[in-house]
Amino acid sequence: MIFIRLVRRDLALALRRPGALALPVVFFVLVAALFPFAVGPDARVLARIAPGVIWVAALLASLLPVETLVAPDVADGTLDQIVVRGIALETWTAARLIAHWLGFAVPLLVALPVAGVLLGLPALGPLALALALGTPALAALALLAASLTASLRGGGALAGLIVVPLALPVLIFGVGIAAPGALRLLAASSLVLVALTPFAAAAALRGSD
Amino acid sequence: MHRFANPARFLRIARVLTPLLTLIGLGLAAAGLWIGLFASPPDYQQGDSVRIMYVHVPAAWLASGGYLGMAIASAVALVWRHPLAAIAARAIAPVGALFTAICLVSGSLWGKPTWGTYWVWDARLTSMLVLLFLYLGYLALASAEDERHGGDPAQGKGAAILALVGVVNLPIIKFSVEWWNTLHQGPSITLTKSTIDPAMLLPLMLSLAGFTLVFGGVVLMRMRAALARTRTAARGRRLAEAYA
Repeated sequence: MIFIRLVRRDLALALRRPGALALPVVFFVLVAALFPFAVGPDARVLARIAPGVIWVAALLASLLPVETLVAPDVADGTLDQIVVRGIALETWTAARLIAHWLGFAVPLLVALPVAGVLLGLPALGPLALALALGTPALAALALLAASLTASLRGGGALAGLIVVPLALPVLIFGVGIAAPGALRLLAASSLVLVALTPFAAAAALRGSD
Repeated sequence: MHRFANPARFLRIARVLTPLLTLIGLGLAAAGLWIGLFASPPDYQQGDSVRIMYVHVPAAWLASGGYLGMAIASAVALVWRHPLAAIAARAIAPVGALFTAICLVSGSLWGKPTWGTYWVWDARLTSMLVLLFLYLGYLALASAEDERHGGDPAQGKGAAILALVGVVNLPIIKFSVEWWNTLHQGPSITLTKSTIDPAMLLPLMLSLAGFTLVFGGVVLMRMRAALARTRTAARGRRLAEAYA
């Protein structure tokens, strides 16, 4: 099936450039390591703000790949070939979303214990679950911003302005995992964004030429 | 609606409507503010600081109403490829953003004497702040797109899609902010808002109507200016071709 082939192609391309895959994750750990310098090494304070810091770091890291997510495929004509072959752009964006999520979330979860140790996070499990549930939403927003800005100059800076307000519910529910119902709300906002994004991104790509 | 798709007909109507809306709106707003500032009683609890309400409430209404109008115009632009709708959405955005900023600033000025601080992370304040960010994101994307397409707003669809995504997300954002707020802290001070006294309702209604009309007038002004720019650009191109 063409959908699975598209996902596999994207993943194969991503694996050929491990540096690009590692970059957001290194940035994620770097941002997490920045906070002890900013607020002081007091273990109690750090443990208290650790989940929030890790979520903010993940949100910022999700913005890094935006410029390379869609724009190169628009520029080199890959997308035109997809359209010429009669593949719906929605299929392509959905496949790209899944591939991007795998390439973004899996390394992030692998790096999570490192960030957790640096910040003295008390329990890793709940936050890992929350990140696993919330990263599809972050990946979806990154793809949406990448599609909206694919043919524009300075797309990366624009993407931050587009993504951050829309990512607010994910951040709120992700940090509040201790509260009852938060995980479900987090999963729900992830589902909405994942369901909506392939269509919105495809419409945006159809508009830009 | 398609009757107004013709820019020439739109311009004919807008030429009459722009000064009408703006002048009547300014008059009503001035009357509302005059009564509100000088001829209405101070609040029994908030004193004179209640008078900020006559600017704050219209600004809040136009901030959210403006975003909704922008989203509707964007939907029309996407579905019917209505060139005027794309212009309308871009004309509304900066005005709506300005009123969001006015709402935030006036609210924070009211908060200083009432709550004792310029800013609390109250659910409504936070939602308004996010709304301002949404406006700014839209404005940035729209201007980048127009630059790409040589100033023709009907070419780009990205800004319209972003406005629609924003309007779908807005209830979720609002809910999440309220949920977050109840999670972290109780409301700092709730003024049990009973029925508003008629002496305050009149100036509030006047300034609401007035500011809304001014909003409409300014949006029409901006749309006419945008159409005029497109026309001059087209004429310039024609002349350049004729003399080439």
